[in-house]
Amino acid sequence: MAEVKEAVKERSMVIQKEMLAELFTELSTAKEKGRKVVYTFVPGNLTELILALDMLPVYPEINALQSGMRKKSASYIKDAEKMGFSEDVCTYVKCDIGMMLNGNIGPTGEKLPDPDLLLLSYTGCFTFMKWFENLEKLYPGVEIAMLHTPYQEDGRITEDQLAYMVKQLEEEVIPKLEKVAGKKLDRARLAKMLDNSSRAEDLWVKVLQSARTVPSPIDSYFAGVYYMGPLFTAFRGTERALEYYQELHDEIMARKEQGLLPVTPEGEMKEERFRLVVEGPPNWTNFREFWKIFYDMGAVIVASTYTKVGGVYDQGFRHDPDHPIESLARYCMGCYTNLSLPQRVDLLEHYIKEYKADGFLINSIKSCNSFSAGQLLMMREIEKRCGIPVGFIESDLVDPRYFSYANIKNRLESYFQMLAQRKTILAQQTTTEQA
Amino acid sequence: MTGIKQPPARLAEILRTCEELAFDLEFTHAKAWRKAADDRLLVGYLPIYVPREVIHAANGLPVGIMGVGDHKRIIKGDAYYQSYICHLPRGIIEMALDSNLEVFDGFLFPAICDCIRNLSGMFKLAQKGKFTRYFDYPQNFKEHIGGTFFRELIETVESDMFKLNGVKITPERLNHSIGLYNRNRSMIEAIYDIRQEFPWRLSAVDTYYILRAGLVMPVEEHNAILEEVLELIKLDHGEAMDNIRVVVTGSFCEQPPIGMLKSMEMAGCYIVDDDLMLGSRWTQGDVDDTTDDPLGAIVTAFLEKSPSSSAVYDVGNPKGARLVDLVRHRHADGVIFCAASFCDPALLDRPELQKACDAAGIVHINFQFHENTGQFKVIKEQAGTFSDSIKLWV
Repeated sequence: MAEVKEAVKERSMVIQKEMLAELFTELSTAKEKGRKVVYTFVPGNLTELILALDMLPVYPEINALQSGMRKKSASYIKDAEKMGFSEDVCTYVKCDIGMMLNGNIGPTGEKLPDPDLLLLSYTGCFTFMKWFENLEKLYPGVEIAMLHTPYQEDGRITEDQLAYMVKQLEEEVIPKLEKVAGKKLDRARLAKMLDNSSRAEDLWVKVLQSARTVPSPIDSYFAGVYYMGPLFTAFRGTERALEYYQELHDEIMARKEQGLLPVTPEGEMKEERFRLVVEGPPNWTNFREFWKIFYDMGAVIVASTYTKVGGVYDQGFRHDPDHPIESLARYCMGCYTNLSLPQRVDLLEHYIKEYKADGFLINSIKSCNSFSAGQLLMMREIEKRCGIPVGFIESDLVDPRYFSYANIKNRLESYFQMLAQRKTILAQQTTTEQA
Repeated sequence: MTGIKQPPARLAEILRTCEELAFDLEFTHAKAWRKAADDRLLVGYLPIYVPREVIHAANGLPVGIMGVGDHKRIIKGDAYYQSYICHLPRGIIEMALDSNLEVFDGFLFPAICDCIRNLSGMFKLAQKGKFTRYFDYPQNFKEHIGGTFFRELIETVESDMFKLNGVKITPERLNHSIGLYNRNRSMIEAIYDIRQEFPWRLSAVDTYYILRAGLVMPVEEHNAILEEVLELIKLDHGEAMDNIRVVVTGSFCEQPPIGMLKSMEMAGCYIVDDDLMLGSRWTQGDVDDTTDDPLGAIVTAFLEKSPSSSAVYDVGNPKGARLVDLVRHRHADGVIFCAASFCDPALLDRPELQKACDAAGIVHINFQFHENTGQFKVIKEQAGTFSDSIKLWV
């Protein structure tokens, strides 16, 4: 296994670290302070609603990925499998359930509080529904709110779908949140938070779009998963998130201005050899080693679909304080995994062209059919439409049994050789044409 | 010869026909029906449930596409799916890329998992059928919320069909179709009721052939078959074996190979209920076929009379309790959990269903399969041991 050096931290990273530490401290004292806790999912999350009612969100997927990064997931998964979960099913679910079976200790070593409400924002992933059915059994009697988000099967959000979502939110979800919170929703406060969200989203999009520059000042996948954290989870709508994104934005614009390359755990990259668009979530158990394979080869991810699971903001969507509930509904339906396959292919094609990518790579995740089913056809479509080399590797979210470092490295090295060869040929063709 | 009464010859003849139709992956019978008139439509649907009454009322034939099982070699399909995705969609893509699904006018992909959902997108990308819909039925069960959404969803499909053949679905037409499917479901339940008492008169495999054949023929024809079968199995024939009775659950989408079902029965387990053809048995009871708003009746039936299913959010009506009720109702001795490999909905439900069985003192075993699994020795041994242990100890 490759040796990884100590990470270099920028100020935005420090801010984010502080935000997370504060959140987990708040969570650890939530019960004694009488704060209500809501378990919910990242795609289609309703964070502003939760925060506007002074409740605290917990994201089981985030717990699972944190467990993966902290090397705890293997034993959690085994414990869930002992309980009867098949080896075949989603490892996020098993890791989360295993963590609960082991005391529900969060990433800071403090116990996470039990939920007062399970808010199933069922967006873009069928397994979410099964996950919450299982959680409901683990927390008997817990309050439950279900938001069924229709899939954009026809490549658009229809009026019927929007009306269905708004009715669910107004008549079921919000009343349930209010019941658990013990107070009425302050709509003005919600609007203010959505305004904050929208402003943070503007900054986030500028961060993402900085990667259009050659060379790119950011890595939109490996670093992108850190950048997206506050907006995709417990902080969207807060002043603190706005502060974070302003800092991040300023740092990255400064890097862009200076022509600097992305920051990696081992410092700044010195050369951008390949620009890639990546489809699929990363592996979390070996995240740093995985990333290192790329930056060691001078490969920068200039756009990724995973950084759109919590919202496809770069295609124009913003939370709207003037239409709060409707915009929350549109947000849920617009998350990446709620897009139809033709929409996904169109988006990827757009990224490849817009971000001047040399290649397209799929990291296919064993656990995640929402992403993985259909990826091989998507790959063929992209190859056909864009004529660039495509690559395909396989791993898992948090099950280390499905991360084979040697196999992935071999495949990626072959892929990078292919990209290098193509670049040489294209350069020769250009020279010949000019002559 | 012993004194065992032989099955009626007519039953054997029906079973031969049904077996042939059930596994005719060219859908010859359905395509011939379609070709007989220009305004007919062939609408393929995947497991589990679509309101077939609506397709019938639009002069369409709803055709259940349940995968290729071990009846078609997968050559191209494997190139479209990773090894860790269930087998069903690769067979369906194989059929779509070959000629099997030609002549079909449209396809419906019910909302049961992410694989089926994304398969709908693959059909769109590959431009298969004149319309393709992900049939995203509601997980909200209030009439004015989920019900309204479901009605609009069905109306979208109605519109898709109307554009193709110009047939307007009147209340009279839809009530007539509802009546036919009510009759269909009630006869299927009657067959299960007889089998509960006399499972040797019609094996689980034979029952499966009869139900699966019903997915590829007009309901009128299937009703005629069911009427005959019902009469024939009321006649005393066959011999009771010293078998246990089991409920098989978890096979509602990808179907187990016939050899697997045979192995279970041969090993001493009468399958007295199952979810193999759950879509054909979806509504628990009749849909009202006497109203001015038959579409509303279909919607209400979905909201209020859907069965226990891994595809439907179970809050307020837990699946575990419903499985226990089914076992009790069928006087079954145990449960065989029989899910396709990599089937998230079935496999994620399994631990809680098993816990519910344990709490109720119901014994169970567990198998996983692919639709083209070819080795049944282990399954037969396990099912045999399960049967023996129940006979000896429970």
